[in-house]
Amino acid sequence: MAGLTDLTIAEARDKLTAGEVSARELTEAHIAAVEAARPLNAFITETPERALAQAEASDARRRSGEAGVMEGVPVGIKDLFCTKGVLTTAGSHILDGFVPPYESTVTANLWKAGAVMLGKCNMDEFAMGSSNETSYYGPVENPWRRPGDNRSIVPGGSSGGSVAAVAARIALGATGTDTGGSIRQPASFAGVVGLKPTYGRCSRFGAVAFASSLDQPGPITRTVRDAAIMLRGMAGFDPMDSTSVDTPVPDYEAALTGDISGLKVGIPKEYRMDGMPAEIEALWKQGIEWLKAAGAEIRDISLPHTKYALPTYYIVAPAEASSNLARYDGVRYGLRIPGNDLTEMYENTRAEGFGTEVQRRVMIGTYVLSAGYYDAYYLKAQKLRTLIARDFETAFEEIDVLLTPTAPSAAFGVGEKSDDPIAMYLNDVFTVPASMAGLPGISVPAGLADDGLPLGLQLIGRAFDEETVLRVAGVLEEAAVFDRRPENWWATK
Amino acid sequence: MSMIQGATGDWEVVIGLEVHAQVSSKAKLFSGASTEFGAEPNTQVSFIDAAMPGMLPVINGKCVEQAVRTGLGLNAKINLYSVFDRKNYFYPDLPQGYQISQYLQPVVGEGRVTVDLADGSAREVGITRLHLEQDAGKSLHDQHPSMTMVDLNRSGVALMEIVSEPDMRSSEEAGAYLAKLRSILRYLGTCDGNMQEGSMRADVNVSVRRPGEAFGTRCEIKNVNSIRFVKQAIEYEARRQVDVLEDGGTIDQETRLYDTDRGVTRAMRTKEEAHDYRYFPDPDLLPLELDPNWVEAIKQSLPELPDQKKARFEKDFGLSPYDADVLVAEKENAEFYEQVVATADPKLAANWVITELFGALNKAGRGIDDSPVSAEALAGLIVRITDNTISGRIAKEVFEIMFETGKPADAIIEEKGLKQVTDTGAIEAMVDEVIAANPDKVADVKAGKDKLIGWFVGQVMKASQGKANPQMVNDLLKAKLLG
Repeated sequence: MAGLTDLTIAEARDKLTAGEVSARELTEAHIAAVEAARPLNAFITETPERALAQAEASDARRRSGEAGVMEGVPVGIKDLFCTKGVLTTAGSHILDGFVPPYESTVTANLWKAGAVMLGKCNMDEFAMGSSNETSYYGPVENPWRRPGDNRSIVPGGSSGGSVAAVAARIALGATGTDTGGSIRQPASFAGVVGLKPTYGRCSRFGAVAFASSLDQPGPITRTVRDAAIMLRGMAGFDPMDSTSVDTPVPDYEAALTGDISGLKVGIPKEYRMDGMPAEIEALWKQGIEWLKAAGAEIRDISLPHTKYALPTYYIVAPAEASSNLARYDGVRYGLRIPGNDLTEMYENTRAEGFGTEVQRRVMIGTYVLSAGYYDAYYLKAQKLRTLIARDFETAFEEIDVLLTPTAPSAAFGVGEKSDDPIAMYLNDVFTVPASMAGLPGISVPAGLADDGLPLGLQLIGRAFDEETVLRVAGVLEEAAVFDRRPENWWATK
Repeated sequence: MSMIQGATGDWEVVIGLEVHAQVSSKAKLFSGASTEFGAEPNTQVSFIDAAMPGMLPVINGKCVEQAVRTGLGLNAKINLYSVFDRKNYFYPDLPQGYQISQYLQPVVGEGRVTVDLADGSAREVGITRLHLEQDAGKSLHDQHPSMTMVDLNRSGVALMEIVSEPDMRSSEEAGAYLAKLRSILRYLGTCDGNMQEGSMRADVNVSVRRPGEAFGTRCEIKNVNSIRFVKQAIEYEARRQVDVLEDGGTIDQETRLYDTDRGVTRAMRTKEEAHDYRYFPDPDLLPLELDPNWVEAIKQSLPELPDQKKARFEKDFGLSPYDADVLVAEKENAEFYEQVVATADPKLAANWVITELFGALNKAGRGIDDSPVSAEALAGLIVRITDNTISGRIAKEVFEIMFETGKPADAIIEEKGLKQVTDTGAIEAMVDEVIAANPDKVADVKAGKDKLIGWFVGQVMKASQGKANPQMVNDLLKAKLLG
């Protein structure tokens, strides 16, 4: 039933509520789609039996009059979230065979809300990457290709499997995590909606850590409304995460009023970068026009420390990662490569278990925290981070939301940038500032690049004001009428 | 101040201690796992303690309270804002690959401890800081011929690291400081002070210098686990440093271990000290912010501490500083003593507790907690001395029986017929008998050898089997021989 996989979460919910379709039917359709889409390599682990069991339980709950906000909705779970009894790899060789005996809070919340797990989505190793090429389990292919061109396109990263699954209509939604853009950039590359909530909105408990002060789980969906629904199913205070914030989870869907008249939208001049492709510039202008037409007030504003965000990010995130990844030592779980002594065992295990990009970042992080370099790098980066956050605070005194491009380009070909880490890091240039400030950001598909690949626009809001972000995103979505979808070239049956 | 005599003159030893005290708490610093001692290996380990992927630390408020309580007990500044940092290094018994500790901003700042020395003098030792940190697990190297086993029961247990100023000048002072610190922690209930179980360990910093000169280069002796070993290690290390310097050598700043079997300190492998710990604030934890009212409430709830108790014992019970010090050192001893003085004479009680009871307990290898003579029973015995039922000498006999049998004093006095004879007629009869039997000695006394009265007292006491009231015997003899 191809029709079932084309539904949005909101539509599926309505059909489930009306009894037109069962969770089991919906899930079966998606299981078949997942199997058919294996060439995309979007999933590391498929969990069809579990999905069916969850779907049946969901149908039973619905019959007894209970229904959570994600009741019966089949989703993909980024393989960074620990799932009890299900292999969890973080896209890394070093977690070989690791089956957690516990469940992450975000996935536990989703199951409580009635969601169904189709499987674990492929991702860049330890969420380090912008193209999903660093995964030990191989690159994910973007369902989108350039028209008339059979070459593989990257889905972005690190939540590459999640966006591919949603864009390819093999999951109604998927979880992602965003450290410097890992939800928003791939969402832009795959023509889907990706929301990074405020830092502290979704619990990090049970999500494999990359950079603790930046990591934030969020939903990846095909519509803004779906993002609102799914975020509600994921978010909430968690006493097991000390950085989780105890503030009520609103009904985000109710914020989608479509009314943004009088709302002040800031356009940060520092995001107009030298050498920015004309098509990105044009799309951004188009976005401004759409919001203006909807009654928003456009303000040019300045975020003076923007240029420091990317270099600062590439100090802070690797520093934290170098420490967070120290636990993968071959002693207790995952891969162990023996050696003649302890040090050799550590070296063999980590050399074999971590890929090149992870090793690069562990080394950068170790370096910037080392005696003699700490003040010049890490400490200075922390000070700049404060200034970056202050830029946003000042801006939000006069505006309600910021509009920027999500990424500096459309998706690129597999292998095109994988040898050039700096070019790869530049993918995050528009997403990293909001990450450094802990602010919510969303990428909404807004158009196609000249080569026919999707492009997104980003909205950034005040801390814990996901509602405004979603409301404006809804308006943008309506104006953009992004109804294109990738051709199904991968179907094996 | 004791000096070390070198071949080229006197040297002064300078000592500072870093004490790791395990916080008394049911759960670990950042997880809910139990901290109980002696469990089977790896049975008290949460997913957090084992550093499973995605696990996050959550601070245990009880441990913070204990650290603050300790800080207040050490007359120290409580920092209302403090930060947890990661100390990064690889070791199999450190599952996270880092220890969560406090580096630049500890929860407790400067304080001081008054240390009483055996010669009755006192010395102030400055406290530099106290911070909270996680303990590591334990590597077991003797369980398998080629492999090391790891027990994570201790992993994540809360420790207080209490750092002193380099204010101590002899091994005796260092030992007294450690004993005093232990006493304060036990009074506060923040650490059980059990050094055998590893609840308290000390890193000892030792250097030597010519009196009046600047500090010398120090060596740090790691992980010494008894007061006796701390003193021995200092003695050895100070002498070693003097010898090196007098031979024209220099001291390398290094980490050393105390070999308790051979009584020497040895440099640890340089590889182990080459750590760059890459401290940085733990992004999983928010800074620790304390409410001043909460701190004040803890301050109000502090128990009477050894120094205050000692002052009270001196003032209220008229005890000597030495006796008071001995009695307050252990909270349980002080409590025992206070139960005894509830009914018995304070000074007599102090003597009996310190000399007789502690002596007997020591000999029997028992602690005050399982003393066969209860505080009430001891008080019962002392009361019989003060009401003249028995003499002090007889009391010692009674005490011995009490210690062996656990019977109350009165029952023993009754049973053995030890009651003091205070019947004037009976004593007089014995006095007369002794006088009649020794006419030559009587003559001597009358001729002026007054001191022989003592010999007569002895004879009468002997005749009464010690039961005659000595004062009455004395008075009667004086009246009869000199009167």
